[in-house]
Amino acid sequence: MLIDWFTVIAQVVNFLILVWLLKRFLYKPILGAIDAREQRIAKELADADAKKEEAKKEREEFQHKNEELDRQRAALLDKATEEVKAERRRLLDEARQAADQLSAKRQETLRNEAHSLNQAIRRRTQQEVFAIARKTLADLADANLEENMVRIFTQRLSEIEVQTKASLGAALQTAAEPALIRSAFELAEGQRTAIQKTLNEMFPAGINVRFETAPDLIGGIELSAGGQKVAWSIADYLAALEKGINELLKEKVIVKVKSQAEAANTP
Amino acid sequence: MHLSPDAIIFWQYGLFKLNATILYTWGLMCLLVIGSKLVTRKFSMELKRTRWQNLLEIIVSGIEKQIEEVGLNQPRKYLGFLGTLFLFVATASLFTIVPGYEPPTGSLSTTAALAICVFVAVPLFGIEASGLGDYFRGYLKPTFIMLPFNIISEFSRTLALAARLFGNMMSGTMILAILLTITPYLLPIAMSVLGLLTGMVQAYIFSILATVYIAAATRTRKPKPRLESGATHEA
Repeated sequence: MLIDWFTVIAQVVNFLILVWLLKRFLYKPILGAIDAREQRIAKELADADAKKEEAKKEREEFQHKNEELDRQRAALLDKATEEVKAERRRLLDEARQAADQLSAKRQETLRNEAHSLNQAIRRRTQQEVFAIARKTLADLADANLEENMVRIFTQRLSEIEVQTKASLGAALQTAAEPALIRSAFELAEGQRTAIQKTLNEMFPAGINVRFETAPDLIGGIELSAGGQKVAWSIADYLAALEKGINELLKEKVIVKVKSQAEAANTP
Repeated sequence: MHLSPDAIIFWQYGLFKLNATILYTWGLMCLLVIGSKLVTRKFSMELKRTRWQNLLEIIVSGIEKQIEEVGLNQPRKYLGFLGTLFLFVATASLFTIVPGYEPPTGSLSTTAALAICVFVAVPLFGIEASGLGDYFRGYLKPTFIMLPFNIISEFSRTLALAARLFGNMMSGTMILAILLTITPYLLPIAMSVLGLLTGMVQAYIFSILATVYIAAATRTRKPKPRLESGATHEA
């Protein structure tokens, strides 16, 4: 008999025990390990995916930020360039203006200097000319000349206009002090009386006259009373001449300055 | 010259006896359990693991995949039973290379025991999966006329399982023994290699047939697929 029933039963029991033992010691731990590993791998893959996603997001964000930064930098650079250009223009303008002002000032100073030099030269020349004239005339003036002067003075006095004569008369009459006759030299008695006589002829009321010597007249006679004055003197002539010359010089200077200024404005 | 290791009896007390079949089975059991215990003791859940762990993982996951491919949707539920069938038969054949070893599967008692286990396990799994009524109604399909044939098929396939494995394993050791007496040198080695191969194939066939039976039993609502018909011819 090939089948031994005791052995069959024993083998069935053996087999069932083996099933239980292997389940306990082989399948369970191995399947557990495989499951754990699979879970772990799945988790790691999910983690990796999440990290990848995150990295992608971060990269995009970074790129975005970078672009933004580039844009901002370009804008700032543009702005700075513009500002620098404007500043440069402004500084150049300022410098140009300052230079212009400086050059104008210098020109002005030069002009002023030239002008004052001219003025000084003119004044000096004028003074010299007048001093010479005055000296010459003073040298020439003597008693004879005085006599002639008195003559001319009395002639003038008698020839004055009616209106002037009236006002002079009023002044002579109302004046508290006596009328003053000034002359460069001491007048002789005859000359004094001639003048007194002329005055008396001209004005009905008696006029008190006081005589005075004034060398600054150079030559000539002057009658002054109550603010009115009738005179003939070389100093007067010289003064009139000087005044005329001064006016002429002044006009010339003004014209010159104007032409210079126009020349400076046209580059 | 024994036809079966059952005949080698070491100890007997009345009905109880300790023969080579039982002894070698215990030896294999110890080997399998201690081996598993040793390897799984230092099991790592990490990505890095030992070669032994890798080997065991490949075997177990391979069995699991095979069960799933046959058509069982929850392979883990059946892994304990079917996997142990395969591992026991495979290791029993594998150790034929050890001189003096008699494979316990070379005994008709052992193969009958395994076939009986399958014979009992198939309806149990089937009832568990689809309920008592549904399972037994499966025997009436496609018509009630098929009932006796279905019952005969249940018994005959169990018998076929036992006889096939026994025949193959027994013949392997027998051929080896006979050849050793005739040409003692090279040919037995070649036959031994062939024996290893047939042993592995038989282990595969035995467990895959059991799987197919269980798969068929757990899907009784559909017409019973006669998947085993092609496989039985192979033996």
